[in-house]
Amino acid sequence: MRYLPLTGADRRAMLERIGAAEIDALFRDVPAEVYDKADPGLPGHQGEMEVERRLKAMAARNLSADAAPCFLGAGAYRHHVPAAVDAVIQRGEFLTAYTPYQPEVSQGTLQYLYEFQTQVALITGMEVANASMYDGATACAEAALMACRVTRRRRVVLSGGLHPHYRAVTASSARFQDVEVETLPPDPEAAEDLAACLDADTACVVVQNPGFFGHLRDLSALARACADAGALLVVAVAEPVSLGLVTPPGAMGADIVVAEGQPIGNALNFGGPGLGLFATRRRFVRQMPGRLCGETVDAEGRRGFVLTLSTREQHIRREKATSNICTNSGLCALAFSVHMALLGEEGFRRLAALNHARAVRTAERLEAVAGVRVLPGAFFNEFALRLPKPATAVVEALAARGVLGGVPAARFYPERAELADVMLVAATETVRDADIDRLAAALAEVTA
Amino acid sequence: MTLEQPLLFEQDTPGRCGVDLPEPAPVAERLGGLRRQGRIGLPGLSEPEVVRHYTRLSQQNYGIDTVFYPLGSCTMKHNPRLGEAMARLPGFADIHPFQPVATVPGALELIDTLADWLMRLTGLPAVAMSPAAGAQGELCGLMAIRAALEHRGDARKRVLVPESAHGTNPASAAMCGYAVDPVPANERGRVDLAALKAKLDDDVAALMLTNPNTCGLFEDQILDIARAVHDAGAFFYCDGANFNALVGRVRMADLGIDCMHINLHKTFSTPHGGGGPGAGPTVLSAALAPFAPLPRVVRGADGLRLVEHEAEADGHPFGRLKGFHGQFGVFVRALAYILSMGADGLRQVSGDAVLNANYLMVRLSEAMTPPFAGPCMHECLFDDRALKDTGVTTLDLAKALLDRGFHPMTMYFPLVVHGAMLIEPTETESRATLDAFADAVLDLVRQAKAGEAAMTQAPVGTHRRRLDETRAARQPVLRWQD
Amino acid sequence: MNDLRFTAEHEWVRVENGVGTVGISDYAQQQLGDVVFVELPPVGCKLPKGDEAAVVESVKAASEIYAPVTGEVIEINEAVNAQPGLVNESPEGEGWFFRIRIADEAELATLMDADTYAGYLKDLD
Repeated sequence: MRYLPLTGADRRAMLERIGAAEIDALFRDVPAEVYDKADPGLPGHQGEMEVERRLKAMAARNLSADAAPCFLGAGAYRHHVPAAVDAVIQRGEFLTAYTPYQPEVSQGTLQYLYEFQTQVALITGMEVANASMYDGATACAEAALMACRVTRRRRVVLSGGLHPHYRAVTASSARFQDVEVETLPPDPEAAEDLAACLDADTACVVVQNPGFFGHLRDLSALARACADAGALLVVAVAEPVSLGLVTPPGAMGADIVVAEGQPIGNALNFGGPGLGLFATRRRFVRQMPGRLCGETVDAEGRRGFVLTLSTREQHIRREKATSNICTNSGLCALAFSVHMALLGEEGFRRLAALNHARAVRTAERLEAVAGVRVLPGAFFNEFALRLPKPATAVVEALAARGVLGGVPAARFYPERAELADVMLVAATETVRDADIDRLAAALAEVTA
Repeated sequence: MTLEQPLLFEQDTPGRCGVDLPEPAPVAERLGGLRRQGRIGLPGLSEPEVVRHYTRLSQQNYGIDTVFYPLGSCTMKHNPRLGEAMARLPGFADIHPFQPVATVPGALELIDTLADWLMRLTGLPAVAMSPAAGAQGELCGLMAIRAALEHRGDARKRVLVPESAHGTNPASAAMCGYAVDPVPANERGRVDLAALKAKLDDDVAALMLTNPNTCGLFEDQILDIARAVHDAGAFFYCDGANFNALVGRVRMADLGIDCMHINLHKTFSTPHGGGGPGAGPTVLSAALAPFAPLPRVVRGADGLRLVEHEAEADGHPFGRLKGFHGQFGVFVRALAYILSMGADGLRQVSGDAVLNANYLMVRLSEAMTPPFAGPCMHECLFDDRALKDTGVTTLDLAKALLDRGFHPMTMYFPLVVHGAMLIEPTETESRATLDAFADAVLDLVRQAKAGEAAMTQAPVGTHRRRLDETRAARQPVLRWQD
Repeated sequence: MNDLRFTAEHEWVRVENGVGTVGISDYAQQQLGDVVFVELPPVGCKLPKGDEAAVVESVKAASEIYAPVTGEVIEINEAVNAQPGLVNESPEGEGWFFRIRIADEAELATLMDADTYAGYLKDLD
């Protein structure tokens, strides 16, 4: 078997050295009645060629987004990833390294994490960022719990414009921690009044920008209201490319910013793995979850990097840790960071501008389709439509015509009749004029 | 030789860019006045500069591809490149989580096939696929336990955790709202059954036990432990971090376990990636299955379904653990590995892993002292008695190994053993590598005893020498700032 | 003559006019290694004897500091916030943590004097 270097002769010689007759003898602490009763019905080992055939056959059953015009968003965004990103993350010294607990032989990982933390802090407009969480939804839940620790309060308010998965993950985490969650109804018109939900027990308000239905909002007044009430403002960003064009949460007064980093440097992968970004104010850093990389010097006085402030973490603080998180999204953070390095100031801004231009163009074309209405308000690269027919059926009909045209709100809120005709449409730089034409034509056809 | 590499931010040349993007077409902006003001501060670099930057950084790292990496409890084994290739097929990498489900039957098939293997290998009837990593799998199992207990009106408050447990266990229990009650070990490095029984009462929700445990030993009284836990009306959570020692030989259900997370990045060889991403699918007993989180891939009469809402789900899902549908890209790699190894290969995996660890235990025992008698399972544990009165510590020995081209073992864990050194060779290392490592460790111990080496200064040949962690923590500098 | 009184958890308290100054012993700071952070209680908080009052952290460990006597925290040592190394350099002097207005001086009788504590440490080794 190709991954196993020991030969029969090796095994015999090693067993002799150990003084055991056979490998089974090494398992003598396992009660005999439960040893080697594994299901014999499972198939045996296979060569690469056979495995490749089997998996390629599975992959071929999926409609990949490179084979159809793709306007899907709702928290996962398809961008072009430069070839250099994948070349870098496949280097074995990155791919097959462990968490950098031995800093002398992990400076490569530690330096990119330090650079990653800096990039995240810069684009979100915050003071400090950690070395990543699992994904945007779990980062959001962790932010809510952190706000409870900082404020010593137990109530969190979730905006109706927050991604439904972020809401669900946060509610699930809170459920077992005795934290009260007020979840506002879905907010396709961006009409909710979050400041009115603040009270003396509120630890934080969690709001997404751009919102789940695409809306961009100025959160400065809400930030002031939160500060006055002694609560924190947590801002979630599901599409971090927006930060190249849109006022960042830090500049609006956010206390914690969480984001889904997948859209930068990472493929869609059916939604996983993701990359949780987590940034906050310097004074809250000891309440922050997750790993942190910091600068220091080595025994010869040279600059170097280490994981630091580890006493917040589970491997030291155990049940008093700020979170149970251990493994995070290191390699996805590397992909993000390489992509950001390639983009730089100019490229990041241009990428964001391109996305907005594509989305505006798409919105203009779809507004012209009879019976279709773009919901009003500012947006970045995603907006919501109201359709003359139920959106789920429309999306399926579009897929049947080879167009991945959008995400129906009913996929998340099947019980809400008022959202049955709402469809989210995202347009990134990967969308061409011809794709927009195809979507507009197909939409006209299936909604007619 | 490794070259010095400045930070990205110190290589900034304004106007330089590593991508060529078209000029955006002029449109009537719809940003509502929220256009970002001022410079962000990102450095400008061309592609050759960026590629050289990261290539040089990579050369400052040790990885499994370059050195033996025997980190106990971490399972650093070879990561097959077939998984990387398969995960990049457009039909897997370039599919969106919210495509109409009818356009992704292959994705559901992949999840279901992997789930089926995990259930058969463990003997448990259900598996929650969405946990993002081991710690989230622990949380998943505990949340299912708490939901099941609450469903039967049983508000238990404590979770029992051995003192030797990984730190995520008590942290996960706390995140699930439980008080943590430590369980002592006996003189053989296993759970003290009498002490456990004394703690088991109708306030205990679960026992969390790693098996093989963090001392690298099989809990040989596990059937009695399971019986005692169940007699008290509690659930038995197994931390599956060490499942690689048993895979293909022992079904966890037969041990009386109610749920267990499986680190796909350990037992099933997906890359650690410098700290993730991992995946922690969690197998569940019939009693816990109704409480499994969303989403679920469910087999029905008309094929596979993706269940995303409580109303469509059987039972009472406790909620949702992460966004989308789980670590799909990690699933592809794990399934590529599982199909490659097959049932016979996985059985050989646990056999060779245990053989390699016992071989190292015997070889290192020439000069070092294991706190507990063997045989060990997939990892062997030593204390620091061999270094007593030499002035050399476990840390010094580990750092000296770096200069010999080895990644050190896990140090000072488990906490219950003084100066612990936990060594996990894995099945993907040859006998020659094990011998070279054993020779190096034994030579270092000999040097320490002879007072020959200045090991307290090690390493000297690495890209950086020992780092000042006190300075990093006292005055944290967590980002570059010009 | 050392006027400090010690707990079994290695806190000390020095009493003047009904106010106790609290810190950790020289032995405790040696066990911890380089102290990197001290989390102090808010001024005004009332602590029962034995309750968690502060946390002291080294690079690889965090330890809780318990109130050696019942009382109200009336002052904290800002200097150890800025310079946690003071706890190592002067654990029983400038590296004090907080001052507490003692509710019941009778509780002091449960603490060890310097000689008793020295004997206690000898037994620990």
